[in-house]
Amino acid sequence: MNWEAFWLTVRLAALVSTLLIAIGIPIAYWLTYSRWRWKFMVEAAVALPIVLPPTVLGFYVLVGLGSRGPLGRWWESLTGHTLAFTFEGLVIGSLLYSLPFAVQPFAASFGAVDRKLLHASASLGHSPVQTFRRIVLPLSKAGLVTGFALSFAHTLGEFGVVLMVGGNIPGVTRTISIDIYDQVQTANYSSANQTALVLLIISFVVLSVVYGVNRRPWVVGPWR
Amino acid sequence: MTVLYKLAASLILCASLAAAKEITVAAAADMSSALPLLVEAYTKKTGQTVKLSFGASGNLTNQIRNGAPFDVFFSADEEYPQQLIAEGLAAKGTLYRYAVGRLVLWVPSDSPLDLSKLGIKALLDPSVKKISIANPATAPYGRAAAATLRHFGIYDQVSSRLVVGENISQAAQFVESGNAQAGLIALSHALAPAMKDKGRYWTVPLDAYPTLNQAAVVLSKSKQPDAARRFIDFLRTPEAASLLTSYGFSLPAEKHVSGERTK
Repeated sequence: MNWEAFWLTVRLAALVSTLLIAIGIPIAYWLTYSRWRWKFMVEAAVALPIVLPPTVLGFYVLVGLGSRGPLGRWWESLTGHTLAFTFEGLVIGSLLYSLPFAVQPFAASFGAVDRKLLHASASLGHSPVQTFRRIVLPLSKAGLVTGFALSFAHTLGEFGVVLMVGGNIPGVTRTISIDIYDQVQTANYSSANQTALVLLIISFVVLSVVYGVNRRPWVVGPWR
Repeated sequence: MTVLYKLAASLILCASLAAAKEITVAAAADMSSALPLLVEAYTKKTGQTVKLSFGASGNLTNQIRNGAPFDVFFSADEEYPQQLIAEGLAAKGTLYRYAVGRLVLWVPSDSPLDLSKLGIKALLDPSVKKISIANPATAPYGRAAAATLRHFGIYDQVSSRLVVGENISQAAQFVESGNAQAGLIALSHALAPAMKDKGRYWTVPLDAYPTLNQAAVVLSKSKQPDAARRFIDFLRTPEAASLLTSYGFSLPAEKHVSGERTK
């Protein structure tokens, strides 16, 4: 069991799912309440990473964030190094990769809040922001936990993108799934077995939390 | 329903007919440019079709151990086929050393480094922030790269800047795309059309790393060992040899061929 890779991956997943709360809530809010006629295209774009092959994302990240891409050059002029082969690069790749797993549960739970409550809140003089903070967010707790947990678990298991843009650097970009891959490729099955079992257990626990949260009867959410 | 059933049956039949004719070759990633051309020439000559799978030699060896359905294995390091022979997974008499692979230090065209003057010391230049190599655990060129860095006594100085490709093709791609500023890659990649005009290289002297003896072998699981063997024999023709040379593979010395081949 490679603990360095394990903690690196946990750090990556925790950071990404936390950032996705900050990024995902405004996006989900907009997706829930906007009446723009082209909104469906934004919804499709947000959902893209669910169906997009990780190699496609990995390719774009490597080329776009590389030292010859505009974003990569900008980052390099800012920090002196490129994004490929760095922890920051993995964070950006994972943010894209796990975005829908946060935004979709958020948006679903926002949308399930009874509009009458929003109208009542507005008629009592609350601004939309106050209404969102005091009515929508508390009623969407299950959706927020679900989005956080799913994006955490999804990042934990990320493989293709990391393989393409990580460069397999111990302690920086060698994540747990890359470590399992390396162990299997060198026929080191007992180590691969241990690590795989740990990932299996964590994934099961995370999903149990998701389903557990969503079946609690006093939570008003989209999932019963 | 019957129509669907017949369609499915004929599809399966077609697939199995094609499979009976075609041979499948697992090949080291350093052959990813040269081998398709060899196959093209071979198919034109004999009508035999050949399917190719590329990867790090170590990865392919592991796949073969786990039952991958390959007929022939081209390894960048003779050690892997030898292991497979010892394990009864490859046919001993068919092992053929077809070339010696060369390692080069490659930099993109826009690099300020003067390789002919600096040689391996170019890697110590502060402008080189990342150096791509193949994974030493599974790729012979990765091992050669690590050995080279140790040979010149600079491994510890550069180890924090190494980025590791899953196989030698990915290591080449890392430096070709400019994400690494220098790479220790296969000469066959440096000479391939995709990279030839994009950079410069310095050939690492042969005494800096254990010789990369490239060897092909017919696998025991092959259902068409004769067709597989004929493809390996094609490598001995002048036509194949000149193509391999043009991709930077030096041909095996005659004593290797006659002295160590068991027939």
